[in-house]
Amino acid sequence: MSKRTVELELATPGVDAQGRATRVPLTAAAEPGLAEEHMLVNIGPQHPATHGVLRLVVELDGETVVRCIPHLGYLHSGFEKLGEYRHYNQIIPLTDRTDYLSPMSNNVGFALAAETLMGIEITPRCTVLRVIACEMSRIISHMVWLGTTSIDLGAFTPFLWAFQERERIYDLQEMWTGARLTTSLTRVGGLMADIPDGFVEKLRHFTQTFPKTLAEIDGVLTRNAVWAGRTQGVGTLTAAEATNHSLSGPMLRASGVAYDVRKDKPYLGYETYDFDVVVGEHGDVFDRYLVRLEECHQSNRILQQALDRLPDGPINVDDPRVILPPKTRAMSDMEAMIFHFKQVMEGVKAPVGEAYVGIENPKGELGNYLVSDGTAKPVRWRIRPPSFINLSALPRMAEGHLLSDLIAINASVDIVMGEVDR
Amino acid sequence: MFVARDRLLEAMTWLKETPGEEFDYLVDVTAVEFRDRERPLEVVYFLRSLTRRADIRIKVELSTSDELAVDSVYHLWRGADWLEREVFDMFGITFRGHPDLRRILMWETYAEGYPLRKSFPLRGRFSRAEQVRQALNVNPEANYSLEELSIAEAAGDLPDDMRDRLRRGERGVIPEPPQ
Amino acid sequence: MKHVAETKEVSGQSPNYLVAKFQDLVDWAVNSSRANSLWPMPFGTACCAIEFMATAASRFDFARFGMERQAFSPRQADVLICAGRLPFKLAPVIRRIYDQMPQPKWVISMGACASTGGVFDNYAMVQGIDTIVPVDVYVPGCPPRPEGLLYGILLLHKKIKGESLFDAVKRREEQPLDDKGLRLPPETIDEISEPFGNSVHQFRSS
Repeated sequence: MSKRTVELELATPGVDAQGRATRVPLTAAAEPGLAEEHMLVNIGPQHPATHGVLRLVVELDGETVVRCIPHLGYLHSGFEKLGEYRHYNQIIPLTDRTDYLSPMSNNVGFALAAETLMGIEITPRCTVLRVIACEMSRIISHMVWLGTTSIDLGAFTPFLWAFQERERIYDLQEMWTGARLTTSLTRVGGLMADIPDGFVEKLRHFTQTFPKTLAEIDGVLTRNAVWAGRTQGVGTLTAAEATNHSLSGPMLRASGVAYDVRKDKPYLGYETYDFDVVVGEHGDVFDRYLVRLEECHQSNRILQQALDRLPDGPINVDDPRVILPPKTRAMSDMEAMIFHFKQVMEGVKAPVGEAYVGIENPKGELGNYLVSDGTAKPVRWRIRPPSFINLSALPRMAEGHLLSDLIAINASVDIVMGEVDR
Repeated sequence: MFVARDRLLEAMTWLKETPGEEFDYLVDVTAVEFRDRERPLEVVYFLRSLTRRADIRIKVELSTSDELAVDSVYHLWRGADWLEREVFDMFGITFRGHPDLRRILMWETYAEGYPLRKSFPLRGRFSRAEQVRQALNVNPEANYSLEELSIAEAAGDLPDDMRDRLRRGERGVIPEPPQ
Repeated sequence: MKHVAETKEVSGQSPNYLVAKFQDLVDWAVNSSRANSLWPMPFGTACCAIEFMATAASRFDFARFGMERQAFSPRQADVLICAGRLPFKLAPVIRRIYDQMPQPKWVISMGACASTGGVFDNYAMVQGIDTIVPVDVYVPGCPPRPEGLLYGILLLHKKIKGESLFDAVKRREEQPLDDKGLRLPPETIDEISEPFGNSVHQFRSS
């Protein structure tokens, strides 16, 4: 069979300037003025890569981000206003729902602030249990971050692995508090419940097997050419910039500033645990990934130490004005019943004053600022939201990068909109 | 520590730049209104020195009868950008010298006032149906034109007719803050 | 013959009988196909979205129920799963997403906040998304467990299998009541947004 070459005329019928019929060639002519014009792209609020309901309006020159303007507030739920109408113990269920990726450490943060305000010293067992709660939260929060970020950058498998580990922690949380996600673990002056039988063994088993998953994720991602290519040198912030933008947590440490609230303003006896503050070098997305991965290892270490030293004893302070009496006593003892009634109906009263306690949440420094006028409800409950402040550096980080890098940068901030918008 | 309103910027600059103080990190900016209506509002700044590992809390009192405005510390700490916008959104406190002081959490045509003020009821001023109606009438694509975007940078330079058009346009009426 | 609608006339002599039989057969085929290959559009906002992700992930895996493909574009979706609380600022967004979905479409309201406003009885929160879009299945819980969501999806399957292709009224595009864009009369919205349960003790002005 002989070959023939056919010349196709790429043209379409049209008219010329005088109105006569002619053939218009179908060639891609550059539109005049396109090069100078900037394009606007709207991402969100309903977009799978914005980790919730963040909305980004991006001004593009070709594919390069000239300006990125985040619009927030699509999940503004009025937590702080609601807190002014609730007793201190009633606020704790609200704290679950701010940063819903790490509910337990939010509970701890609020309880610590309320206890500082009231001058309550918690028991040793409670202290260690709260450390366990915080570090479990850190692990599951970083796991969600790892899973969703890897989906954003095109790897689905780590998501499934990360969620397997999350499910194991969910089981532990469910054992302890009865809820998978919204735990409401702490009370002012103690905890809602002691850990059940078998919890320690199960958590110890978790700490022994969890590094294996981390090693698998590490093996799949860290030396992966696609992963490294999409993350290295992207969204770089120097240490000075990170400080000036008030970043905190892994974002700050990835830029090389070794500030960790657990080390530098210790709470819950963190100074007695042996762990390292993970510090990055370049301040890019890849370093943030490495920092978070290594923090999981460090959390695992803290969990093991906490399990080893877990003391016996009560979990609640011995103060009937703060802690509810046991149900059996409240039903049989007059005095206990009065305390029970007064606490449920009137709430725990705080002295006039104010307290700010910052704790190292997975996202950064979570501050709880309480102002009291002597009643059972705070005058002002302010959450210092780490991911809100971290996100405010996004326009700075995204400038000059490609649109696809913007997704990586946004993922690396590790936002959770419940906390950003509150 | 309380600072007089007029000398806030001066004090903050001193705290940031004097050797031996070096408060290079702004932890938080917030405001407090007390249930006692007589008491002035407080704007609270949490500063930290990362090198010295020291913290300080600065407060500015704003009388409710007076104009609610303080100087912005945006030019000292970039982190103050959104924090000040949030305080403006929630309390209606103006930060003089902030380059882009818009509402951040509520939408721009939000007409009910400043939610965290004590005079603002928990469930809002309007009935639920009115709230739903107002919310549904907000254009979800507002702030989506180059003109809109450039307002923040060049609000002063815009020609009057464009500013008027934007005011009338899809952003609706920019509400007057309630008294 | 599984789904003979009770209102239809079924008689041995009438030609209507054959028509009804045929309609039922078509309904059965179409509904089974629809129910078993739903494409969910996850409108995940808050905590419930995390449980939604857990439902999609390895342990619970709702791909078993024909929901393998998650449509992140409303134009290729059948079910809108509103997972999480819905502030007023998001109300026009969900309304637009719902309007963009092609018929037939269903809505699952996942969680207490989406269904009733939940603990957030305040100035910022829509008190139930049914004031904005019509809802087919409510899944209670704060957040619902993945099993709860799966049960809600199975309930939706049941509902879909009971629908009829020849019932023109059912699958009509909803028009807003008036130019204000409300789908319910204002009195109804006020009524269903009233504080309930424990929160009646808190007065509107307090």
